Amino acid sequence: MTQAVTTIGKRIFSRSSTGYSRRAPYFFLAPALFMLCVFFFFPVIASFFMSFTDFDIYGLSDISLVRLVGLDNYAELLRDPLFWIALKNTFYFVLIGGPLSIAVSLSAALLINSKLARLKGLFRLVYFTPVVTTLVSVAIVWRYIYHPRFGLLNYVLDIFGIQTIDWLGDPFWAMPSIIILAVWKNFGYNMIIFIAGLQNIPDELYEASKIDGANAVSQFMSITLPMLAPTMLFVGIITMIGYFQLFAEPYIMTQGGPVNSTLSIVLYMYQEGFRWWNMGYAAALAFVLFIIIFIGTLIQLRVQKSGYEG
Amino acid sequence: MITRYAILLFIVCNVILLAMAGCSGSSDTTEIRFWVFGAEGEVVEQLLPDFERENPDIRVRVQKIPWTAAHEKLLTAYASNSLPDICQLGNTWIPEFEMLNALEELHSRVDTSGIISVEDYFEGIWNTNVIDDELFGIPWYVDTRVLFYRKDVLRDAGFPEPPRTWSELYQLSKNIKERAGTEERYAILMPTNEWVPPVLFGLQGGSSLLRDNGTYGDFSGDEFKNSFEFYTDFYHEGLAPVGITQVTNIYQGLTEGYFAMYISGPWNIGEFRRRLPDYMQDNWGTAPLPGPSEGTPGVSIAGGSSLVMFNQSRFKDEAWKLIEFFSRPDIQIRFNEISGNLPPRLSVWEISGIKDDIHIRAFYEQLQYVVPLPKVPEWEQIALKVQQYAEIVSMGRMTVPQALTALDREVDRILDKRRWILSRADQKE
Repeated sequence: MTQAVTTIGKRIFSRSSTGYSRRAPYFFLAPALFMLCVFFFFPVIASFFMSFTDFDIYGLSDISLVRLVGLDNYAELLRDPLFWIALKNTFYFVLIGGPLSIAVSLSAALLINSKLARLKGLFRLVYFTPVVTTLVSVAIVWRYIYHPRFGLLNYVLDIFGIQTIDWLGDPFWAMPSIIILAVWKNFGYNMIIFIAGLQNIPDELYEASKIDGANAVSQFMSITLPMLAPTMLFVGIITMIGYFQLFAEPYIMTQGGPVNSTLSIVLYMYQEGFRWWNMGYAAALAFVLFIIIFIGTLIQLRVQKSGYEG
Repeated sequence: MITRYAILLFIVCNVILLAMAGCSGSSDTTEIRFWVFGAEGEVVEQLLPDFERENPDIRVRVQKIPWTAAHEKLLTAYASNSLPDICQLGNTWIPEFEMLNALEELHSRVDTSGIISVEDYFEGIWNTNVIDDELFGIPWYVDTRVLFYRKDVLRDAGFPEPPRTWSELYQLSKNIKERAGTEERYAILMPTNEWVPPVLFGLQGGSSLLRDNGTYGDFSGDEFKNSFEFYTDFYHEGLAPVGITQVTNIYQGLTEGYFAMYISGPWNIGEFRRRLPDYMQDNWGTAPLPGPSEGTPGVSIAGGSSLVMFNQSRFKDEAWKLIEFFSRPDIQIRFNEISGNLPPRLSVWEISGIKDDIHIRAFYEQLQYVVPLPKVPEWEQIALKVQQYAEIVSMGRMTVPQALTALDREVDRILDKRRWILSRADQKE
């Protein structure tokens, strides 16, 4: 095998003239580029075109039943009450769940990174476990926790004399329930990244500030947070992109209900696309979501960068 | 990197070799592929050895698919030309696959069959397989909805016999609620995550759900509107619980008296017998659904699964043999014994004696009054919209006229393509 590689390599590199050596990188990139084109760029472009057609189950039976509808799908989206509900729910989830998740991750990272903490390895493991656990099994357990009559959560509320809540059945509480679940499930991942970021902050800074009489709060505000800014940018963008694609949690826990209060954009897209086979409409939804995420990322880059530099 | 590609190449070669072996190896026996959904998969495997013994030249490969994934899987298989030879199909899906021209017409096969005779099937159920006088499936088992109830609660509320009319049902529910006092108890459970209850009441009220050859919604029509008002009042007056997670365990709910009536299907007969405690076993009954007025029977939906053949199949004769096998009375009796599914053939009800079973006979009566759901490919999508608006109204977030107008608007949009295709077909003719 090595022999073969060397001969190929010789053939490509042996002539030092510019022609061959320039081509060499493309040769090595070719398999990856090919895969990327076939399985990524082509489907993306195809679905972009599909979003201008009314491709649906009829189109599946006979391609002549597919009509070019121009921007109709997008116009229909704007008129579709479910789209606005899904959009509102998704923003609710991203704007509340995202910062909450980052705050919890950061707190956990600070706790674990603290010099006073014992059994760091164990806690890191425990906090990280939900990330690698299958959501399906997690969801089953949480359904019990959220159960309105026999659930653990309501049992605790009851002890404190607080009125019990129908967590997943009440349209008001369903989304907070999903957020709690999602934060609990995902914070471990960002926590690990934050721990790495925290360990990169030199101890000298803290020691120097202590000599200058800084307390824990001002240390956190003036040293930890600024030094974590690059990490924060990364975590913020990754979390936002991930949270915009909310799907599995409501898909398993509530199927988008009650009264569509947990219907997210991706879940709506899935229902339109794969349950009803309205591919054209679903493709339009996908591109709207893409644009939203793109804008969100730009805003974050702009805001955080200016904060970082200024 | 190289080793990775080598492994990939190795796998690809093996797959090709296996595929070739699969094609050439079966020269004397034919293998037919059979897709089964849900719990029936297990049952089928117990019955198939008999079939293979009787037909030594046919092997049946069963693939079990959960109901939740069935529809997606079938459509994907259609798109990639890999549908099985024979398949179980919920009878509301038949119009969709007929529209796709995926189903084999079965009329001529039935005419020459010594096993399947049309007269022996429940008429309402058989008709769900007929589209424009063409037959696309053979009923395998039937499903409809009846009223499950607790005898003692009904008796205490002044109804020794289950309600026969809507007004009796309403009065009974009122009585139950009154007797419960301040306790959180309900008369009837109609889960708001199901589309069946609102559709049932609509059909009973005489609505055809869709109008003009299934091209427009007819939900703001008087028939549906009146039924819908009657149905949603149960939630507004606290006679039925709103929301779904309140009652995750219906067996416990019934035993505790959380609710006293429940509209459900045949699968729950077995579940009730298995899961309710012993002291409850003489305390529950089933009855046909109440009708809107005296003398008008309360219709129910003609549900169930059929066996169909796909027209791309290369082994139609073999697949037909398997359909005939499952249609044989002796096999249907065994199928019923193992699964509890109700047979579609009248003679089987007689022979097996289930017609006289105290819990099952309500289904026999109900099956005389079943109506098919609208035969349009978009039905499932429409049904879900009905459920969504019923849920919204049950929670008091919209009034009945508001909800039904909005529902009709959405249904009309869903049916837009169908209207276009029908008008195109008209122009061609």
